[in-house]
Amino acid sequence: MEVILAILIGVLYAAGIYMMVRRSLVKLLIGLILLGNGANMLIFLLGRITKGSPPVIPEDARVFAEVYADPIPQALILTAIVISFGLQAFAIILLKQVYIVNASDDLDDLNPIEEEI
Amino acid sequence: MTDNHIVLPVITHLFTAVVLIFFWKKTRISRIISVVANSILVISSFVLFTRTWNAGVFTMQAGNWPAPFGITFVADVFSSTMVLLTSLSGMAVSMYSAVGVSKARMKFGYFPLLHFLLMGLNGAFLTGDIFNLYVWFEIIIISSFVLMTLGGRKPQIEGGIKYVAANLMASVIFLTGIAILYGLTGSLNMADLSRKVALIPNRHLINITALLFLVGFGIKSAVFPLFLWLPSSYHTPPSAIAAVFGGLLTKVGVYALLRVFTLIFVPDDFIAFTLMAVATATLLTGAFGAIIQKDIRRILSYLIVCHVGYMVAGLGLFTETALTGSLFYLIHDIMVKTNLFLVSGLIYKIKGTIKLEQAGSLYAAYPKLSLLMALVLFSMVGVPPLSGFWPKIYLFQAAFAAHSYTVIGAIIVASFFTLYITAKLWAEVFWKDAPTGVARHSDLYNRMNHYGKALLVTPVILLAIVTLYIGLGAENIARVSVHIAQELMDPSPYINAVLGEVVLEP
Amino acid sequence: MKTIILKTASRYLLPLLLLFSVFILLRGHYLPGGGFVGGLVAAISFVLHAFANGLSNTRLLLKYHPRILIPIGLGLSLLSGFVPMLFGEPFMKGLWFPEPLPVIGMVGSALFFDIGVYFVVIGVTLTILFTISETTQLEE
Repeated sequence: MEVILAILIGVLYAAGIYMMVRRSLVKLLIGLILLGNGANMLIFLLGRITKGSPPVIPEDARVFAEVYADPIPQALILTAIVISFGLQAFAIILLKQVYIVNASDDLDDLNPIEEEI
Repeated sequence: MTDNHIVLPVITHLFTAVVLIFFWKKTRISRIISVVANSILVISSFVLFTRTWNAGVFTMQAGNWPAPFGITFVADVFSSTMVLLTSLSGMAVSMYSAVGVSKARMKFGYFPLLHFLLMGLNGAFLTGDIFNLYVWFEIIIISSFVLMTLGGRKPQIEGGIKYVAANLMASVIFLTGIAILYGLTGSLNMADLSRKVALIPNRHLINITALLFLVGFGIKSAVFPLFLWLPSSYHTPPSAIAAVFGGLLTKVGVYALLRVFTLIFVPDDFIAFTLMAVATATLLTGAFGAIIQKDIRRILSYLIVCHVGYMVAGLGLFTETALTGSLFYLIHDIMVKTNLFLVSGLIYKIKGTIKLEQAGSLYAAYPKLSLLMALVLFSMVGVPPLSGFWPKIYLFQAAFAAHSYTVIGAIIVASFFTLYITAKLWAEVFWKDAPTGVARHSDLYNRMNHYGKALLVTPVILLAIVTLYIGLGAENIARVSVHIAQELMDPSPYINAVLGEVVLEP
Repeated sequence: MKTIILKTASRYLLPLLLLFSVFILLRGHYLPGGGFVGGLVAAISFVLHAFANGLSNTRLLLKYHPRILIPIGLGLSLLSGFVPMLFGEPFMKGLWFPEPLPVIGMVGSALFFDIGVYFVVIGVTLTILFTISETTQLEE
């Protein structure tokens, strides 16, 4: 399981970076999303995988009886997902705006370095 | 010492932002609320600063969950100084934007966003939890994204893309670093991490993790190979927004570097060498970049990059003197850079341009205002006894002691280039006769009423007074810097304040 | 997607899903659930309604722009964190009434924090979705 996840994370990071260095704006966004998912999976993997024992105490007990899954990585991932959800929503609107203003999806067409404001 | 005063800088901004959202379209009330809230915060953070200065480290466990399980807020002198500086810049910017930002922008929620941004900054300075630091960083960047693109003009949006892409990338790398750190230690509390990381035998893995943090914070603080997003985006938003960005956003990256690389990853030879190489390259590229630019804000953008190098160099040398230099420079730089962007906005209001060749004869038209601006400019260069001079002495001293002559060379080159650029700015914008043949721009500043003029100039004067104090009362600032440097070199009071005097079981 | 089946179903699903979202919100303190998930379910119920009946109808149904929920929710969460400070406890310490209320269960400051989160999530999600679909409609 760990090995599969490790490979998956590697693939996600690689694909994300590959997409980010393409010229298209949409691919830039997809790259960022893939990278974010890779990072979330990495937290999940490094928080140790414990199968089938959720960190919920049964009603008739007060403490955990046996080994339980660490809830912190899940909290972290949830936070990270929420944040990336907001950021990606903003990024989509921004890209859309760029497309409307620029009429192009190509990053090379953005060239404000020489253009004056 | 548990104390609720620590979270006040954060929740006051949050509360103000919430109130401001209710007054979304009422620009007049929004301005008043914003300025009042910022004034309260200046007082509150000054009290916090004096308290930490007198009594040491304060902590607050959010929700009363004991460290290292809950989220800890920590205020030592370093944090509270940064909060104080943030409040001062925030206050200046909020006054300036009352007339400096167009009503259309205000109606898109300028003021609530400004307060969310300041809340994020204060939160980042006060938190004692590495994941919480990530969350504050995200709050900072998302509000800065919106501020950067507010108004939606073409260059703004295009600059925004680079800014957004670079910062999202930085966040992902930072998050990756946190994930590995959590996997290694099972903790997120910075004080706890400090103890646990020191016990890990595999130093190479620690160094790799440290590099991830270095890259993540490096993008945010715009150090050498990672700074390219900054000069291509910081000149696009209105000057009030650029002032917050230029003064504070890169500095929060520097703060995070200083905090993480003294508390969690104490620099060994490899990290110290990397930091110094990065600092040298940053100083040089920033300086070279600035001299070829022909527009005030772009020059300032490159100078931000250049001057981040001083602070990183101090961290790389990693002695008490060097850190004192870094911290002194940090204090000076926040005030001066905020002020310079405000000044660039004033120049734009007067001349209708920020391009060097079209500006001119400002001194003839506004001698007093020009002298004020000159004071700010020469503080940045560090003409003795103005503020930029003193930290460089510490840095020289530390670099000589460590025999790092490359760093000394870079510092000297960067300082001379800054001087040259400042002289050029002065000559082009203030002394030179205004060029003929350029379409006459009506002087927006002159047409304002006294109230408007006062609101534009007061923040500049306010920050200039603080800068003057940093220069002339350098002794006091040096005492603060030395104190912080000692805190950073020996973090045990910080750790003990957070975790209590427990000895970690092996 | 204007099918009669979805349209009819959404009429019944909307109140049901809203009720379910409140249920998730309330059970959240000790069991899986909570303000965030509840808020998402509530937002999805409106999205479903928008799918079936068109965005303008959902707008009419909501009367106010969902944006207004964001400051309300934020304010509620902030106040719930603020209250313990009045009793000299640290920020965000959970304060609880000693006896559980019928149906709702234990009531305390954490519940109000969760309700705040619930509102913010509904507000943010709907604002984002409305904004994105608005820009799309403008082009068409």
